[in-house]
Amino acid sequence: MSDADTMAPERKDSVVIRFAGDSGDGMQLTGTQFTATSALLGNDFATFPDFPAEIRAPADTVPGVSSYQLQFSSNNIFTSGDDPDVLVAMNAAALKVSLPLVPLGCTIIVNTDGFAAGSLSKAGYTEHPLEDGTLDGYRVVPVPLTTNTLKVLEESPLPVRERRRSKNFYALGIMYWLYSRPLAPTEEWIETKFKKNPDIVDANLTALKAGYAYALASELFQSQYEVPAAPHEPGLYRNISGNTALALGLYAASVRAGIPLFLGAYPITPSSDILAELARLKPQGVMTFQAEDEIAAVCAAIGAAFGGSIGVTATSGPGVALKGEAIGLAVTTELPLIIVNVQRGGPSTGLPTKTEQSDLLQAMWGRNGECPVAVVASRSPGDCFYTAIEAVRIALTYMTPVILLSDGYLANGSEPWPVPRADDLPEIPVQFRTEVDGFAPFLRDPKTLARPWVRPGTPGLEHRIGGLAHEDVSGNVSYDSMNHEKMTILREEKIARIADDIPAAQPFGDESGDLLLVGWGGTYGALHAATLAARDNGLSVSHVHLRHLNPLPANLGEVLGAFKRVLVAELNRGQLDLLLRARYLVDTVKFGKMQGQPFSVREVLAAVEQAMEVPRP
Amino acid sequence: MSTESTATAPTYTKKDFSSDQTVRWCPGCGDYAILSTVQKTFAGLGIPREKFVIISGIGCSSRFPYYMNTYGFHSIHGRAPAFATGLKVTRPDLSVWVVTGDGDALSIGGNHILHSMRRNIDIKVLLFNNRIYGLTKGQYSPTSEVGKKTKTSPYGSVDRPIEPISIAIAAEATFVARSADVYGAHLSEVLRRAAQHRGSVFVEILQNCNIFNDGTFDSVTNRGTREDNKVDLEHGKPLVFGQDRDRGIRLDGLTPEVVRIGEHGAELGDLLHHDESTPDPSLAYLLSKLGPPDFPTPMGIFRAIEAETYDAAVHRQISEARETSADKDLDDLLREGSVWEIGEEKTN
Repeated sequence: MSDADTMAPERKDSVVIRFAGDSGDGMQLTGTQFTATSALLGNDFATFPDFPAEIRAPADTVPGVSSYQLQFSSNNIFTSGDDPDVLVAMNAAALKVSLPLVPLGCTIIVNTDGFAAGSLSKAGYTEHPLEDGTLDGYRVVPVPLTTNTLKVLEESPLPVRERRRSKNFYALGIMYWLYSRPLAPTEEWIETKFKKNPDIVDANLTALKAGYAYALASELFQSQYEVPAAPHEPGLYRNISGNTALALGLYAASVRAGIPLFLGAYPITPSSDILAELARLKPQGVMTFQAEDEIAAVCAAIGAAFGGSIGVTATSGPGVALKGEAIGLAVTTELPLIIVNVQRGGPSTGLPTKTEQSDLLQAMWGRNGECPVAVVASRSPGDCFYTAIEAVRIALTYMTPVILLSDGYLANGSEPWPVPRADDLPEIPVQFRTEVDGFAPFLRDPKTLARPWVRPGTPGLEHRIGGLAHEDVSGNVSYDSMNHEKMTILREEKIARIADDIPAAQPFGDESGDLLLVGWGGTYGALHAATLAARDNGLSVSHVHLRHLNPLPANLGEVLGAFKRVLVAELNRGQLDLLLRARYLVDTVKFGKMQGQPFSVREVLAAVEQAMEVPRP
Repeated sequence: MSTESTATAPTYTKKDFSSDQTVRWCPGCGDYAILSTVQKTFAGLGIPREKFVIISGIGCSSRFPYYMNTYGFHSIHGRAPAFATGLKVTRPDLSVWVVTGDGDALSIGGNHILHSMRRNIDIKVLLFNNRIYGLTKGQYSPTSEVGKKTKTSPYGSVDRPIEPISIAIAAEATFVARSADVYGAHLSEVLRRAAQHRGSVFVEILQNCNIFNDGTFDSVTNRGTREDNKVDLEHGKPLVFGQDRDRGIRLDGLTPEVVRIGEHGAELGDLLHHDESTPDPSLAYLLSKLGPPDFPTPMGIFRAIEAETYDAAVHRQISEARETSADKDLDDLLREGSVWEIGEEKTN
């Protein structure tokens, strides 16, 4: 018997694990199951599915590696973790791709069956990495996962090819033992998921239990660990991904506004799931339209908005590029419209499945003419729910397009989310104009400058709108030069006034100090964790994370001015940085990253420390 | 809901459909006649005025909504069918019309027109075909004939033109017709039928651009010669044409031929009899290919068949889903998926 069998599990506060394998190895499923079980145990967690753009790249090759990283903790955590404690590598290619991402000392569970000569050469190894010293300094746990799985499934009536597919459950069983997790939640899931095929249920259950038993009986691991529950507020929690949260937020907004939701979309990674999620809501009356292209998708959404529905289009950067002209039409006709951009690496097709924040300036200025829109960004998977509601609120209140920026990390990543009650969500008042007396299509609300929203079908309010320049109030086509300037400024002023209607920027930390770390969108977790670490190290560092990018919070200039140095960290080459410099004449320091990967806490912390050392000019 | 006429529908005159905006087409443009016919026809449909929405793209024809006292939306180049789709799906109670041109619909907007028709969304597309780009001052269009000399084709266009009706039938629009700007009564009748049709309507209106392409459809619009150059499609009737109504179209297998009635054994009964309601689009497609120099140009309704519309199907799915699914409100949806409760007393 191993020591581990007799000793109580060792407590750990936080653990980071990374599953890596071929696209067909079921790594996303394995990671998702580990996450679901950890959620039930009350851990805080953050996940990072990291997969290729190809559905099934050639087996055993580097481009085909699909990974899933997860941090789970007894504390509140904000990222999927910098340094994996355990890497599960299902084949040689997975090891090759993952090794640069894991620290020395990391436990690496390798499926030795994935290191045959053919697999090694497909992964680009000329020497055997398990034998040539490549893994010196790591704790290598070699397990013939495939062989072991086939051995325990000898009785299974499934063909060998099918039996082999259960090896991810064998690996999951090992991990469940290592971290003292119960098997029951995954067993239930297997029974439900594969109930149409009892042989697959049996094979997966057998492999899961066998993996657990193998880890228990073998002396592979020096100890077993446990990660106690995190101090979450009591209540109902849900494991939610950004795309699911965003889709739910759009529907919640339509419930709170009391008008129908219409989504026009064309499938594009990583936003397609928003269309899929809302397409399920037929019983709730949600209308989804899978359009012939990105342009039709946004135009249909504008048509729906003209008809009195909440018109939404969801896409990624390349799609936004195609929608630019139509967004301009919605700006000039002053119709509400929500454009969701789940950002990915660009330009052009770029990195479809990898995250980036490089569409901020596209959101701000990526259209012809003076064409201001409101811009809002989500900071975490669960926050996508609330930013979706906020985007709809702004669009309907100000009769304007709103661009909602999410990103690939938020879209697919997940976190525990305190489930809100519908009644506690903000109400979104909608007032359609029906009064005939005194009506003109471009009369404005004196406070918001919004024009009236009229549903076609309202007697006596027949009117025309369009993309030609038009006269204020009457909306009649007008090429008058002074009117054009007046309307340009009115549209700009309308967006600027939203600043009176959004929360002030509130730094985390102190109101003033040596350094203010500024970010926006999906980097919140890494920036917040880096700020906590810097403050623990005694540094005078505070953090402000922007949800509203256009307009910016009214007090932001004062906030920036209260710090000796401002560091702007974003997953691009300095786009918010450019906006802040232009707007506030503040001499910022910028920190960017263009690797298709989220920030690690460590690199942000290093950037903070470096920025504090740079002498002020 | 429906746009059908009701007993209480108000009665209108043409003037009720005229907006207060000055019409700014060139004097002599065929669009004036179309505008007048549309206004007159709409007044008599029995549909409340506020239920009409006219959506256009870009081009001379697309200024149309500004001149109609209905709801209107002058959108962007080529995309009017997409705006109309979003509007009609969300507001099936409205009578949604698209006014477009040959460049707008068939060049920059080719994708949208194709998909709106194949979906059978209940929108009525009126395509004003003048075989030229007018608003940009006279470049050849996708319907311009080969060899057409314009500013951008000084040696003659080498583009093979699109036949709009063929495209519509290939996409299986459920109502396809052709008329012309100067065919007042004929156009009015086509529009009336279009308004009544449930599904994707495609009406090609041959339209004269007297500035950049004058007389392009003269053969079928000139009162003196047109009877010899066009053949009227009338449901159930033989395809007879000619000033003296002495010629007809007969099918020899799948090949159409022009015959003189009463000569060489060609009897009236042998002629092709028009059937607009045949679900199979093949015959309608064959008719769409007829035209000069060997055949008269068919005018009228090529195809009018009934099929479930896209918008109706969307709302049918919604009501069926409501009947067969559990009644989940927002709170239920928020609590779906992987959820767990954390109690007041936490145990590890």
